Amino acid sequence: MTESSVIRIENVTKDYYMGRNVVHALRGIDLHVERGEMIAIMGASGSGKSTLMNMLGCLDVPTSGDYYLDGVHVNDLSDNELAELRNRKLGFVFQGFNLLARTTALENVELPLLYDRSGRQRDTRALATAALEMVGLGDRLDHQPSELSGGQQQRVAIARALVSEPTVVLADEPTGNLDSHTSVEIMALFQELNRQGITILLVTHERDIARYARREVEVRDGRIIRDEVVRDRHQAAEDLSDIPDPDADDAPAAAEGAS
Amino acid sequence: MKTATLVRVAVQSILKNKLRAFLTMLGIVIGVGAVIIMVGVGYGAQSSIEKQISGLGTNMVMITPGESRQGGVSMGSGSFNRLRIGDYDKLKREAYLVSGVSPVISTWTQAIGGQGNWRTSVNGVSTDYQAIRDLNFAYGTWFTENDVRAMRKVTVLGATVAKNLYPDTDPVGEQIQLRNVPFTIIGVLQSKGQVMGMDFDDVVLMPYTTARSRLSGWSRLNFIVASTFSPSDIPAAQDEIRLIMREAHDIGQFEEDDFTIRNQDELASAAQSATQIMTMLLAAIASISLLVGGIGIMNIMLVSVTERTREIGIRMAIGARGSDVLTQFLIESVVMSVMGGLIGLAIGIFGGMIIGWVTGWNTATPPQAIVLAVGFSAAIGIFFGWYPARQAAALNPIQALRYE
Ligand SMILES: Nc1ncnc2c1ncn2[C@@H]1O[C@H](COP(=O)(O)OP(=O)(O)O)[C@@H](O)[C@H]1O
Ligand SMILES: [Mg+2]
Repeated sequence: MTESSVIRIENVTKDYYMGRNVVHALRGIDLHVERGEMIAIMGASGSGKSTLMNMLGCLDVPTSGDYYLDGVHVNDLSDNELAELRNRKLGFVFQGFNLLARTTALENVELPLLYDRSGRQRDTRALATAALEMVGLGDRLDHQPSELSGGQQQRVAIARALVSEPTVVLADEPTGNLDSHTSVEIMALFQELNRQGITILLVTHERDIARYARREVEVRDGRIIRDEVVRDRHQAAEDLSDIPDPDADDAPAAAEGAS
Repeated sequence: MKTATLVRVAVQSILKNKLRAFLTMLGIVIGVGAVIIMVGVGYGAQSSIEKQISGLGTNMVMITPGESRQGGVSMGSGSFNRLRIGDYDKLKREAYLVSGVSPVISTWTQAIGGQGNWRTSVNGVSTDYQAIRDLNFAYGTWFTENDVRAMRKVTVLGATVAKNLYPDTDPVGEQIQLRNVPFTIIGVLQSKGQVMGMDFDDVVLMPYTTARSRLSGWSRLNFIVASTFSPSDIPAAQDEIRLIMREAHDIGQFEEDDFTIRNQDELASAAQSATQIMTMLLAAIASISLLVGGIGIMNIMLVSVTERTREIGIRMAIGARGSDVLTQFLIESVVMSVMGGLIGLAIGIFGGMIIGWVTGWNTATPPQAIVLAVGFSAAIGIFFGWYPARQAAALNPIQALRYE
């Protein structure tokens, strides 16, 4: 654990105030993430995984404690600076895919580039196409979410997370809405991206999914209770042949995209 | 986001809900359309009145009974009418700046002759009346000083009367019955057209002496018209007429006039200010529908923000600033209202053309009205889109993402 960590959070807490009640969602978390890691965050429902991910994703600010992303002290930033950080350094993948409805895959993937204010003049269309090709959807550019299977929608979401070449990809239960075969496919994709050097943090409550990561962190009641290297790491690409494919990849979506 | 991209995104999301967008725009369409039609019609009415009043006669001055009132043109209000033949005689004798002067004794009666009967206005006037009103003849001639002196039963028909009683024929020499008195037709006028809704062709003219003895029987005049030698004489002539009239009516030094003198320009501007007020009133009523249209836009934008909460959350998660979201929704409402405004403008111009075609007015839409309509609808889009857009921009990304 060095100063060059991509993510460094120190004694972070998060309280939610519900009228007179206070919910201590995070009770003091320390976590360092190095470049190129692939971490699975585990824990029961309500343990604080999503809260932690939102914090790491600069969608929320901690009640106390410090967060450094790529050396930047996130606590000090304004809303606009947080938005810029999300745009430039972070890629999100959600359980419910969260694609824009009635918008093509290409346009969905292009979206982060359109909000890029860095002034880099880039061919957004070409970059979005390349990202979709990388996740294996080069032939689905003009499909809308409703015309794609759940697995394909999640691939679009991953392409969208990748297109701005973020420092970290954050995925909150990315396989939560997918059948087991598709889940492993998605994990194979994450492993492939990680092999190319992309840092990935993903939340899951399935041990089977967590074992594709390199490192496993377990959260309970807002604290990290376990943080260790995955010993029996599986290769999703190899496992795929063992898991029956219930139907073809172009099965109807398991869940609706964003409406 | 670049503005061009923002506009494209806004147009795309409007197109995703075409029917709703159309219904939302309808309020603005109707509002702008109504305002444009009203302004166009008012403009047309005004320019046609201008044209017609100048066609009424040359260098005309009109003396009406009663004190002058702001705004309206009072023509023959009975209660104060102290205009007498004596006034006319005195003007005729004493006014040097006046090239012609004529009393007008007016009454309504049934004219029987030719094809049947026709209710029309009978005006008793002097021989000067022809020159003052610049009357031209389709058939026959004007009456003479002798006819006036001898109170001859001769008459000149206006174009409308002639058209109705003697269509396509020359009635000169025929007899026409007015209040059971037979008159000889000696002339038919060329058409003068309508002024301020009055048909100046629906008239029968005769010597005022004849009119007084045969038809009206009273000594009051409805008004007196006069003309000057040149337009530059008009102000001086008005002063001269005023002095003579005050003397004729024996009005003391500190007393008000009991008559009103107006020249053609004053008549025109009185009529114009009346149409202007009417136009503004109509446009004001029409702009209420613009307001209603704006409220409709606000309503739909609020619904849209709620419906698209998740979309807003997604956009924020991938790096949209609050200001990006605000601009997006603002542009959406502006694009909708401006599109509505443009459609309304097209309908308004088209509607104005149809009305112009029906009424014969020149209902040209002034270019300022076009700029105003587009600018106004954009302003409505901003004004009524602002609050919903603020609501969208103020959303918390996490809560927006969780929204079902
Ligand atoms: N916006 C919020 N307001 C109040 N309480 C919240 C909010 N978000 C999360 N919580 C609470 O914080 C705790 C952690 O939630 P969360 O991070 O979503 O858990 P997990 O993702 O592990 O299921 C839960 O008790 C939850 O009820
Ligand atoms: Mg969760």
